[in-house]
Amino acid sequence: MHDKTYITGIAAPLLIDNLDTDQIMPKQFLRTITKEGLDRGVLFDLRFHPDGRPRPDFVLNRAEYAHANILVGAPNFGCGSSREHAVWGLQQLGIKAVIAPSFGEIFFSNALNNRLLLIVLEPDKIGLLLQDQAIDKHLAIDLEKMEIRCASHVFSFSLGGRHKKMIVEGLDMVGATLQLLPQIEAFEKRHYAAFPWGYVLPSA
Amino acid sequence: MPPRTLYKKLVDSHTVAVLDEQHVLLYADLHIMNEYTSPQAFSSLRENNRKVLRPRQQLAVVSHIIPTHPVSVADRVIFDPPSALQASNLKRNCRDFGIKLFDTNHEEQGIEHIIAPEHGWIRPGMVVLCGDSHTTTYGALGALGFGVGTSEVEHILATQTLVYRLAQDMRITVDGKLPAGTSVKDLVLLIIARIGAQGARGYAVEFCGSTIAALSAEARMTLCNMAVEAGARAALIRPDQATFDYIREKAAGLSEPEFTQALADWEQLYSDQGAVFDIAHAFSASEVAPFVTWGTSPDQAMAVTASIPDPALAADAHAGATISQALQYMGLAAGGAMLGLPIDRVFIGSCTNGRIEDLRSAAAIVGGRHVAATVRAMVVPGSGEVRRQAEQEGLAQIFIDAGFEWRQPGCSMCLAMNDDVLAPGERCASTTNRNFEGRQGRDGRTHLMSPAMAAAAAISGCISDVRKMENRHA
Repeated sequence: MHDKTYITGIAAPLLIDNLDTDQIMPKQFLRTITKEGLDRGVLFDLRFHPDGRPRPDFVLNRAEYAHANILVGAPNFGCGSSREHAVWGLQQLGIKAVIAPSFGEIFFSNALNNRLLLIVLEPDKIGLLLQDQAIDKHLAIDLEKMEIRCASHVFSFSLGGRHKKMIVEGLDMVGATLQLLPQIEAFEKRHYAAFPWGYVLPSA
Repeated sequence: MPPRTLYKKLVDSHTVAVLDEQHVLLYADLHIMNEYTSPQAFSSLRENNRKVLRPRQQLAVVSHIIPTHPVSVADRVIFDPPSALQASNLKRNCRDFGIKLFDTNHEEQGIEHIIAPEHGWIRPGMVVLCGDSHTTTYGALGALGFGVGTSEVEHILATQTLVYRLAQDMRITVDGKLPAGTSVKDLVLLIIARIGAQGARGYAVEFCGSTIAALSAEARMTLCNMAVEAGARAALIRPDQATFDYIREKAAGLSEPEFTQALADWEQLYSDQGAVFDIAHAFSASEVAPFVTWGTSPDQAMAVTASIPDPALAADAHAGATISQALQYMGLAAGGAMLGLPIDRVFIGSCTNGRIEDLRSAAAIVGGRHVAATVRAMVVPGSGEVRRQAEQEGLAQIFIDAGFEWRQPGCSMCLAMNDDVLAPGERCASTTNRNFEGRQGRDGRTHLMSPAMAAAAAISGCISDVRKMENRHA
């Protein structure tokens, strides 16, 4: 279930340091003008042989993780390219949350803007969490209490106020900022009076 | 006002509103778009019946998917149907919303981060955003530039602003003279190897010191371009005479009085004495040697004369496993040498190293020699302007005479979204920015290096120490 404040499910370990967005969503799936069909591309080279057959040894192809909706990652998860397709693809694959010691910066913002929950958890806690996985693969993430509950541990985590609000309530960010349009216009007036050479005029 | 870093000055001067302790609404002077991270942003804009707030402050480029075959640009055709649709879609979006586009058949077409500075669109003190992680490039000119995702592209199109999470300040000081046979690419690979692929994550990095001050504007772009490979949210260099000279030449749209007034302002763009950096690193240029990557992350780099790391000697089991996995993918033996490793392909180009200075440094090694019979080598200029200049200077002929393919501009094999792709197992000496698994083609093997080192690899057919090649002809 996922009512935006409570996620339960199976967590699959994907413990690759610096797992980049090129791997999460390879280039051939970026030749699109929509968001559709990106689930097929997620972690493509890890999930599939070149001929398209699934790699039976890859974690998400193993029977016990077939219904995983949470990923447990290694440091700098989602580094590299800015491609938001990586987030869209993970969501289309059914992933609701990723837990890792740290995340790539642009990926982090992309996830937030799409309400994919990212939780930063210290490596030692992730180690214990993975030990628990051997007993029971299910996890529960409670956003109200900011807790992860697994077989024998409860880990607390923190989310920034804006982060939590984005995930729980969602937000039409563009709409919210458009409310500030008078402020933006006033800023522009001041800004370009003081800084006219920042106002771009295309060269011939 | 307390002393501020250059980064804080740029953020402060572009803050429309403070949203909370960590976020501001940041104004973008310029927004640049490409064909593959903008389509869904435009679609959403249309669905919500919203308009582009400031069309004149947008610039769009078809650069990632474009074929680079050496047919004339006017005759260039994208045969891949989905890619052709992306290009025509961008054209339609730009036409409908009144945005300047460097289209598929535009003779000035090129890589976004090369053509924007080249046309004088980037000036000190600006905030420049783009749906591409290498937007950090613009820090080379004292502009705050960084990459954003597609949702943010939509937000910028509609509001000319970004809901921006503030970064911390990191200072990286480099002093001394770069040794002969090394370049800024070697320096940046050394820095990334030392601080790690997430060493600058969450930080805006300011590069300073005598080494940086001695770099050309173009070399600084290479440095700032790669800062994102250490996780940096942005990179900055204090604008100085080299910057002003570059801007004067490129930003011809500024009148004389405007330029004088602008200079007075740009000279204030520095970190104040006593400004606090959250963290600082220092390096000596004398430590720099020709660098190559041996692994599948840009921080897995070392001096070309060093031995390939041994997982058995790693700090812990996890680190050892990470090294093992990289070596297995790269087909390398622990403890072995990189020197003499045979390569199949050479790629000189990308937003990191597709500028005229890069082509000059490669051509200096190539001149009078020939590409090894076992190697397929290509030069892909970063823009139509770079290509034309290289032809005028005779560099193109040097490459052609040596057996290089002289291609049309584009991102090309940097991320291989076009048809320039490594075959499985092929090993490539590449001047690009990322050696991720599969980046240049599934099971392709990428070794990042400088243009001069890539040229040396093309000539010798293997990974070589460019210093030795230069000495042979000294």
